[in-house]
Amino acid sequence: MKALLMFPDRDFELLAASPWNQGDLTQDLELETLVLAMAAGDEFVGDVARKALLCATRNDVGTVLYRQEVLKDALQNPEVVRGLYRFMGEAIKDSKRQSWGITSHYPSSMLYGATDLLEMFVGRLRALRGIAEEQTGRFHSRGFRALFAMLQRELSDDFLAQIEEHLTISKFRKGLLLSAELGSCNEATQLAPRKDSGKEAGWLQRLLRKGPPAYTYRLHERDEAGGRILGKIRDRGISRVAVALAESAGHVLNFFSMLRTELAFYVGCLNLHGQLVSRQLSVCFPIPSEPGTRSLCFRELYDVCLSLRLERRVVGNLADATGKNLIIVTGANQGGKSTFLRSVGQAQLMMQCGMFAGAETFEAELCANLFTHFKREEDEAMKSGKFDEEVARLSAIVEHVTPNAMLLFNESFAATNEREGSEIARQIVSALLEKRIKVLYVTHLYDFARGFFGREMKDALFLRAERKADGTRTFRLAEGEPLETSYGEDLYRQIFPGEKRVLS
Amino acid sequence: MTFESVLFERDSDRPAQGQTGAPAFFKDLNLDQVVEAITADWKEYDLTAYFHIPLRDVGAVTYRQEIVTDLGEKPVMMAVRVFSKQMREMRNLLAQSKEVHYFNRAMQRLFLGAAETYSGAVGKLLADLRQLRLQSRGLIAFREYLTEYAESVRFQALAEETKRLKEELSAIRYALQIRNGTITVRNYEGEIDYSVAVEETFEKFRKGAAGDYRVDIPRWEGMNHIEAEIQKRVALLYPELFQALEDFCTRHAGYLDGKIAEFDREIQFYVAYLAFVAKLQPAGLSFCLPQVSRMSKEVRADQAFDLALARKLLDKKATVVCNDFHLSGAERIFVVTGPNQGGKTTFARMFGQMHYLASLGCPVPGLRAQLYLCDRLFTHFERQEDPTNLRGKLQDDLIRIREILEHATSDSIVVMNEIFASTTLKDAVFLSKEIVTRLAEVDLLAVCVTFMEELASLNDKTVSVVSMVNPENPAIRTFKLERRPADGLAYALAIAEKHHATYDWIKRRVRE
Repeated sequence: MKALLMFPDRDFELLAASPWNQGDLTQDLELETLVLAMAAGDEFVGDVARKALLCATRNDVGTVLYRQEVLKDALQNPEVVRGLYRFMGEAIKDSKRQSWGITSHYPSSMLYGATDLLEMFVGRLRALRGIAEEQTGRFHSRGFRALFAMLQRELSDDFLAQIEEHLTISKFRKGLLLSAELGSCNEATQLAPRKDSGKEAGWLQRLLRKGPPAYTYRLHERDEAGGRILGKIRDRGISRVAVALAESAGHVLNFFSMLRTELAFYVGCLNLHGQLVSRQLSVCFPIPSEPGTRSLCFRELYDVCLSLRLERRVVGNLADATGKNLIIVTGANQGGKSTFLRSVGQAQLMMQCGMFAGAETFEAELCANLFTHFKREEDEAMKSGKFDEEVARLSAIVEHVTPNAMLLFNESFAATNEREGSEIARQIVSALLEKRIKVLYVTHLYDFARGFFGREMKDALFLRAERKADGTRTFRLAEGEPLETSYGEDLYRQIFPGEKRVLS
Repeated sequence: MTFESVLFERDSDRPAQGQTGAPAFFKDLNLDQVVEAITADWKEYDLTAYFHIPLRDVGAVTYRQEIVTDLGEKPVMMAVRVFSKQMREMRNLLAQSKEVHYFNRAMQRLFLGAAETYSGAVGKLLADLRQLRLQSRGLIAFREYLTEYAESVRFQALAEETKRLKEELSAIRYALQIRNGTITVRNYEGEIDYSVAVEETFEKFRKGAAGDYRVDIPRWEGMNHIEAEIQKRVALLYPELFQALEDFCTRHAGYLDGKIAEFDREIQFYVAYLAFVAKLQPAGLSFCLPQVSRMSKEVRADQAFDLALARKLLDKKATVVCNDFHLSGAERIFVVTGPNQGGKTTFARMFGQMHYLASLGCPVPGLRAQLYLCDRLFTHFERQEDPTNLRGKLQDDLIRIREILEHATSDSIVVMNEIFASTTLKDAVFLSKEIVTRLAEVDLLAVCVTFMEELASLNDKTVSVVSMVNPENPAIRTFKLERRPADGLAYALAIAEKHHATYDWIKRRVRE
């Protein structure tokens, strides 16, 4: 039994390994801000949202569209979805309160605990089927329709009655019958609990009937050691039933938590949606296309995390990078270059995990993998150590990168002199492009940017942070060739207003 | 050819009685660590002594190298390992059987288990070896021996009886009814398994692991009187079968063949070594069977490394730097100089280790190697000053070196590390020149690690080897030793090169 709200054919795995560069992605794209907004105080929703975002590049177009459908249903019926999520949460919470015996590892306590827990679950399953019956007409996505149909089909009255019968038998009120074989030293082994036919004859009848022989050993009353051994044989005998029942309880619990997990993602989407809409920010369902199609085109694309932090509208960008393999962004400091880079990364991940994106429109190919290579804050390491660290980080990316991946560089390789940094950047980007990897590179390395501009490549786009004639910034990017200076002078004037330049 | 042993082709190749203990140079070359690591998982075979016996004869070395080559074929190694595993099981069962001797039926059953495991092991090994195209004289001869043994009446009878008894005992299934302090033993009458019924009901929820619902199934704590009482009653249900079991144990008390037991132990010498090799290979380290000679002193090796260091570095996930060396013509002595911590001593150890391992018939570290089969190996490494020794350190050093020179012949190998480091430079230069000249006169192979560059060009027998640093950043040790220094790269490119992040590297590294 599967929830199938995240994938048409399989479960969402909360424990799936995150990509190796999860730390970089999280830091560079400020994903924790996004996760916090989605969680809205529910840590579990946050965990699911985080995993869905980090693993987003593993989804195909079909999955993205499938989730968009489910999400649209959720946006139509937010209270039903939140209610179901709560209901699953309560069942799990109850089970935790009640499950002390089941994890005890003693067969008899486990048997008792499992029986107890399953009695509670039967009630929950019955109620869940009720919800499915009631709500099925209000949902249209493939995901929700399949879920509700499955619940009605699988949780029949017959099935629930069968569980209840097992729970009665498992108390072994009339002694225990085991089958056994001879082990490697002729000991009783392969002990298996047997369903006693119940019509066992007494010893007298057995004798008179000349039935098959039976030999009984009676423990001496004071044989305490023997009593303990016998108890252990009994425990070995019931252990398989205990485990079978405990595992069954565990499987039901897993079903509950899996359902809760997949619902949590949509609850997170609802939370974020609420926050963005309340700021009058536009959101859209992106149009995904297959990896390799090199589509990338958007209007009013903004940095979702920045907008969540700033509590005000932020500037959006417009670009058509259809058919481009390389986007180089140059221009003024504080001109919104990093913000732009982050907004592309965020929108890409949000799209690929089936969410809406922070833009008026967003159309893009799915990338096979997303990597960020951002300049790190200055640390105690000497300059040489820093450059070394940058190259090592790039090398790790190379180890994992595949064709149709997307690589976001932010001021990379500036930790050495410009000539050397440009040369390294040139080599790296050239090789990546030849390997069909999409590169977005924010840089001050003029040699490097100019070099690519001079190649007049059809598949390259050059964006520049805008600066008006009076030096103020629009925080918008526009198409434009790399320029020699990066307007550090502007920044200087802004920070030291009114002061004369020391050097003319 | 009659089969003697997989380690020694002829009885006369075996070492004289009483020759045990590690050779004197073991510690200096870190071979003690290597052997400890190799044999660690094979303690029960007591293999260490085999690693203390070098072979002096090229033929004896090739005899082993052939076996190594055969064992390098996966199916051959698999066959041997399967056999050893079964033999180990057999020994365990025999030990257990002895432990429970006061419970007859348990003891007999364990003995039967041991005999069954043994005959299974022999049968399986023979069947496996017959499928294989063996090349080594040693394994071919063993296969012949095994064939004869397996066809013997004695073994056939053992195998058949074991099989029949085991089948009949295993087929028994009985019922135990436990109620109020009584146990009733009777025949099982086909009642259905209750836990299966439960599992079937919940099948639809089943997926992956359910969580940690292991029970501590009370462990089988060995035989006890209750089990004995149960067995007694099962025996009442099947009296003839239990009598047959008792007879079997008397008739086949001494079933184990001596040669086969010896093979099981001796073959572990190779198995242990090759398992050790297999641990290092995934890190890109190569091993090869060296060409050994007692005639040519033109030794060479490509991509060789220090085995003891490699093991330690791999534990720390660090990379191992490989080095090449060669001597040609009249060249006999490597004089190793260069900055400290640059891999000089490692180079010296590596040279010694490789020659010693070659003399065991083992594969040596490196992609290719041609090595000299020496008569003796000597090392001179710096010692901690011994306060109880009345002689001074310099004097002590000289005495040790004199002993080496007294015993060394033109067929020997000498490894010297940082000689005379504790004396004045003038003395050290003088003494070292003397010693190296003497070594050259003997015409033996040697490695001398030193800080005295004067030695490097002493005569036509010495070859200078230098541990390299990155010329742009002398703080970076490359651990490469070369016969001449190489050119440096520009700093940034050197870093990019170091991380394999240049254009060429990325083109090569990105997976399609």
